[in-house]
Amino acid sequence: MEFPVASSPHLSGQNNVQRVMAQVMLALVPGIAALWWYFGWGVIVNLGLTSLTAVVCEWLVMRLRGRDPRPVITDLSGLLTAWLLAVALPPLLPWWQTVIGTAFAIIIAKQLFGGLGYNPFNPAMAGYALLLVSFPADMTRWLEPSVLGGHAVSLNEAWQAIFSGIPPHPQGWDAVTGATPLDHLRTELSRDHMISEIQRDPLWGNLGGKGWEWISSWYLLGGLFLLWRGVIGWRIPVSMLGSLLAVAGIFWLIDPEIHPSPVFHLFSGATLLGAFFIATDPVTASTTPRGQLIYGALIGVLVYVIRTWGGYPDAVAFSVLLMNMAAPTIDHYTQPRVFGAREDADGR
Amino acid sequence: MTEVNYHRITLDGLWHNNQALVALLGLCPLMAVTNSTINGLTLGLATTAVLLMSNLSVSTIRHWVRAEIRLPVFVLLIASFVTATELVMNAWFHELYKILGIFVPLIVTNCTIIGRAEAFASRNPVPAAVTDALAMGLGFTAVLTLLGALRELIGQGTLLSGAHLLFGEAARAWEFSAGNDFQGLLLAILPPGAFIGLGLLIALKNVIDKGLGARARKAEPSHCQTAPVVPSRS
Repeated sequence: MEFPVASSPHLSGQNNVQRVMAQVMLALVPGIAALWWYFGWGVIVNLGLTSLTAVVCEWLVMRLRGRDPRPVITDLSGLLTAWLLAVALPPLLPWWQTVIGTAFAIIIAKQLFGGLGYNPFNPAMAGYALLLVSFPADMTRWLEPSVLGGHAVSLNEAWQAIFSGIPPHPQGWDAVTGATPLDHLRTELSRDHMISEIQRDPLWGNLGGKGWEWISSWYLLGGLFLLWRGVIGWRIPVSMLGSLLAVAGIFWLIDPEIHPSPVFHLFSGATLLGAFFIATDPVTASTTPRGQLIYGALIGVLVYVIRTWGGYPDAVAFSVLLMNMAAPTIDHYTQPRVFGAREDADGR
Repeated sequence: MTEVNYHRITLDGLWHNNQALVALLGLCPLMAVTNSTINGLTLGLATTAVLLMSNLSVSTIRHWVRAEIRLPVFVLLIASFVTATELVMNAWFHELYKILGIFVPLIVTNCTIIGRAEAFASRNPVPAAVTDALAMGLGFTAVLTLLGALRELIGQGTLLSGAHLLFGEAARAWEFSAGNDFQGLLLAILPPGAFIGLGLLIALKNVIDKGLGARARKAEPSHCQTAPVVPSRS
């Protein structure tokens, strides 16, 4: 689309959708590389699968709506959704589940609401939630990170596992899969084990689970890059991580034997990925400055609540989706005062 | 009163004013019980039976009930019919009655029934009211059954499972199954599946209507050009 320049200012902006999306994707690369390092080639196959499905789905919907699919595909928003979904999925998920999740994210969660800018829910997390609710067994089958002496999955093995369901190890799935740190902690706590006991397990690293803590750290690096570039604001990540640390800290101080430390919460699961890449989605997040602080803080609280007392080990997807639903209301009540206007001018 | 147009009443009930797809009434049972074909069909038929009896009686007594107290009278009538339907189901379709649970007595709160009593049966003669009840009820049943079938097929890979509960032991063979290794999309069975499924059905109806409208315009192009008819004030 061309906008004829009619009046000042005549400086052209440096930002557009494509550029923003490309920078977010670039920031995601270290995290993807870490995932690939610890979990093998399944991550890359998933990435290709979600990207391909997303592009095909966007093309399909745009054709159905009788519009030109090129600008929608090249703005990279669908591809970013695909990448975010791919890093959230277990590395050897059967291919058809990956395709269903991506198609749901693009067609139902994004395009049926009107496309980029109109979707009330984060498409990647909607697709993830659909898969987690529909296929709980496959969606919680994570591989053991290779630092634990796990089996490094080659490209060929990943291909076979994803497309034919053949386990990458002759002794079957149990030989290569392991509980995620959050999952492990949850199971052991339900058996009345103390945290100091649980942490003797070789699964545990310094901050979170071995391997997992490094993946989270690389997401953090990507997030800091986005902050530096001004692609995302500081309010949502800071308030989300701050409230999660605060709530987890209070419980940890009450009894560190049954409540994991705040640092563990920070470096486990999708906390850092969620704080920098998912909760900050400009379309579905709150947009007012105060609203963003409330939005992020409530996501942090929800993450803690669902992780501790909910039915699933990780909670970032559900927390973000719930707060997406609340974002319009938050925006409504946190409209900033117009400069020069009095607070009580219209009786409020 | 003008001649009753049965054709129009039937089409309205089944399609143009479909209670589930257009009026969006009775969504609570629609969402809750359509997790299988037979559940949807059964609740749809039970609702149709109640609707039929209520429309019939409301239309019969329409000249003797004062306008001020008509709503309480309608509610009493509907509640009695629902209770009767519930007892009948408990007696002859006990298993199904247990599966549908609270949603059979909840037919009494289905807005379709009081809506048709108030908007149609209390203003029209008995034959028209009965036709309306049948059309509206069957339209509602059709949507419930279709949605139930879709959700059952996607969610657990079967169709008509539990048909013997409604049609007797011989119907056990009707069940279609996609096989044991079919891994269903669990979401379809869960409540979000009902919302998404209903949304897609409404979209489908709108697409069909649009196609029909386009075809009708193409067939009779002159009608589009005529001046709009001014409604008379009689």
